[in-house]
Amino acid sequence: MQTQEAIVQGLAAEPKLNYLTNGWTIKSWLLTKDHKRIAIMYLISVSVFFFMGGLYAGAIRLELLTPASDLLESGTYNKVFTQHGILMIFFFLIPSIPAILGNFLLPLMIGAKDLALPRINLLSLYIYWAGGALVLFALMQGGIDTGWTFYAPYSTTFSNTYVMLVGLGIFINGFSSILTGLNFIVTIHTMRAPGMTWFRLPLFVWAHYATSLVMILGTPVIAITILLLALERVGKIGIFDPSIGGDPILFQHLFWFYSHPAVYIMILPGMGVISELISNFSRKKIFGYEFIAFSSIAIAVFGFLVWGHHMFISGQSMYAGLVFSFLTMVVAVPSAIKVFNWTATLYKGSITFDTPMLYALGFLGLFLIGGLTGLFLGAMGLTVHLTDTYFIVAHFHYVMVGGQVIAYLGGIHYWWPKMTGKMYSEFWGKISAMLIFVGFNLTFFPQFILGYLGMPRRYASYPEELQVLNIFSTAGASVLGVGLLMPVVYLGHSLIFGKAAGDNPWMLPGLEWRTASPPPTENFEKMPVVTWEAYEFGEENGLDLEGARKRDAEAIPTT
Amino acid sequence: MQNTSWIPLFPEQASTFAWQVDLLYAYLIVVSVAFTIPIVAAVFFFALKYRATEKYATPDEIHGSMVLEVVWSIIPFVISMTIFLGGAVIYYQQFTPPADSMDIYVVGKQWMWKVQHETGQREINELHVPVGRNIKLTMTTEDVLHDFDIPAFRTKADVVPGRYTYMWFNATKPGKYHLFCAEYCGLNHSGMGGWVYVMEQRDFDNWLSGNVSGQTPVEAGKDLFENKLGCASCHSGGPTQRGAKLEGIFNNDVKLVGGDVVKADDNYIRNSILNPASQIVEGYQPIMPTFKGQVTEEQLNSLVSYIKSLTPNATTGTAMAPAANAMAAPAANANNVPAANKPAAKSLANSSK
Repeated sequence: MQTQEAIVQGLAAEPKLNYLTNGWTIKSWLLTKDHKRIAIMYLISVSVFFFMGGLYAGAIRLELLTPASDLLESGTYNKVFTQHGILMIFFFLIPSIPAILGNFLLPLMIGAKDLALPRINLLSLYIYWAGGALVLFALMQGGIDTGWTFYAPYSTTFSNTYVMLVGLGIFINGFSSILTGLNFIVTIHTMRAPGMTWFRLPLFVWAHYATSLVMILGTPVIAITILLLALERVGKIGIFDPSIGGDPILFQHLFWFYSHPAVYIMILPGMGVISELISNFSRKKIFGYEFIAFSSIAIAVFGFLVWGHHMFISGQSMYAGLVFSFLTMVVAVPSAIKVFNWTATLYKGSITFDTPMLYALGFLGLFLIGGLTGLFLGAMGLTVHLTDTYFIVAHFHYVMVGGQVIAYLGGIHYWWPKMTGKMYSEFWGKISAMLIFVGFNLTFFPQFILGYLGMPRRYASYPEELQVLNIFSTAGASVLGVGLLMPVVYLGHSLIFGKAAGDNPWMLPGLEWRTASPPPTENFEKMPVVTWEAYEFGEENGLDLEGARKRDAEAIPTT
Repeated sequence: MQNTSWIPLFPEQASTFAWQVDLLYAYLIVVSVAFTIPIVAAVFFFALKYRATEKYATPDEIHGSMVLEVVWSIIPFVISMTIFLGGAVIYYQQFTPPADSMDIYVVGKQWMWKVQHETGQREINELHVPVGRNIKLTMTTEDVLHDFDIPAFRTKADVVPGRYTYMWFNATKPGKYHLFCAEYCGLNHSGMGGWVYVMEQRDFDNWLSGNVSGQTPVEAGKDLFENKLGCASCHSGGPTQRGAKLEGIFNNDVKLVGGDVVKADDNYIRNSILNPASQIVEGYQPIMPTFKGQVTEEQLNSLVSYIKSLTPNATTGTAMAPAANAMAAPAANANNVPAANKPAAKSLANSSK
């Protein structure tokens, strides 16, 4: 009875196809040029890598429950933390927000039909798959144990694991980043709808512009570095190994010249998401729009000048260290500006606490700790003690997980109604957001203390007096794991049983909310013309708030 | 790390750096708290005070404030500069060994630390040092990167193949402290470590005399130089010698073919033995063969120590003498560490912990 009604309703209300129903064959997915379908395929693939990386993380925490190396022998442990890092960084964190949310939303937000180069977009997905498949193949063959940093000469001369295969996978995967970055830049320059000026762009778009700059300027360097590593490992050409005439510090310079900016590839899109969430769920224009926009660009630019702060104790010159430390302090300022502006945006807003907003508020706290502990590590005299310990592990997890992953989950929840047309359970959404917040802090906060006590990272066994803190950390990890698995269940559940979300469930002004949910293949029925500034929530900008209040009033009795 | 409390929070302070690093750490914690509390309080306060009372309300717009932006850019910048300066001052000390340091040589190797004292004693995965003396470690590795890390001293340094790196400390408290390898080095990375024993000078002297000392590095180097490797056949013999003059070169400028002037430090001497063609001293022919693969890192250490011990003063007396005995005098410098003959040696492990 009810289903019949639904079908009739569906026929009446949705005669037009949306991007999900427009073609059901596998071919229609694999050969699609639709940025939204590509984003969905990225979502599934990236989630698989996130899950695998998470399993490795679980194994690490279980091993560290006891001081001795008993659950995993040290050789296995070395592979486990290496593979955790490689999967999480290259195959989850870097593509997560740009390739999923960026792909899906950039054209919608600027009022375009698609990205500027749709075929290139599909190509980038295939390249990602090729790189990922190679790495998975290498893991099944026996894996890799160099650490995700591939420091020479261990990686070039001493490791007997599948360095070349994994290196090739990451090399290939890099081109996926480059193509995505290129595509975003071209799209933002050329595809904006009439009236969508640069300073009317949502800050999510600005953040992606900055990210794309880093992607196309930085990624080639890691490609070259891997190539040089291969030349030495296979061709025995002395580049990094001093026993054949190379310089191991050179490897670190090249590696961090990419990998420090890569940190900003991982965090800038998250900052973009947070700007959206904070402003939209306070229904308040973002405070200091231009400052947030330009601080993204500043971070992208300065991010290229601080790589040496990974090498304060590596034997680089003391004077080089001074310059890098100074610039590191400078790059902290734009991040601080963002945090202050986000906080100020809440002032005199009309704040609701939907699941995405919980993530955004959680991000503020965690990113604050992540950023401030970055100052500890930028202070040279202190970092001599802290570097290569669990302090640094805790710091970058606060930025990468507390920052990027929290922002990513907030973004997924925020745009889920748009992507799927369905509403998930708010109740479970909130429970999971809170579990993640608590579990995360319990996992990683004790690691700051462990680090100051001197526990080195990448240790399969550790002194006994450090066990209690490690038990806290492992306990936290299990809470975090449960929290992270819950969305899989209730989001999956919502696909079939969720309430229809409607085009604009929160009555927000962004262009992506002014089309159907899920959007049609061509995104908008007719080319939108933008006449309002970003983040203006009033009725005068075409938002039918009165109608929405009525809609809600009618919806309440039926639930 | 002799903490006995259930959850330790701070490592022991056992070197002159420790209180400085801890002070900077405390300063940063204060700064962090001073930023975190107002921001978190503001977030909570705003979130409660301005929570939505009506659905889809449209609060008044506030575009931003130039004054606020400037203020909250400048304040973090100024504070970050104080942190930078504090860090730089400590770092400068950590990586500037005092001239009067006692030298100890360290060679890392998968997965052990080999330590050699100037007086000839050798240790593995242990380091015995006297309290209150400046100790300078000259370190290298036979294979991959390692890192000599003593958390209780708040210092560490990477150990890099193909070159010497240095660290120094002045231990302030007798005891037994963790020694870790902090740079990932493969299979048994977490097992590559041991203990640093800090002892009163008297106990240290006992320890020295209780340990059979082999040749000192300078003696071993002299032996290699004169007999085993035959360096002396070219590098001594006075004005007509074929190889560059080595007496007194240490820490002085050397003029190379092509006009470059370099300082003859440990790395220069080391590199000249392994890659002689890469830096030819002005006035000499590029005839020296490489010794790469023929000397171990420890032998290299000895050779470098010996060459450093050659003073021009000592050679004025002996330069005219036949080559083989030319360098006898300076070797005496080696045993200038006080008193290797004190009362019966107590076992170190007992005396220090």
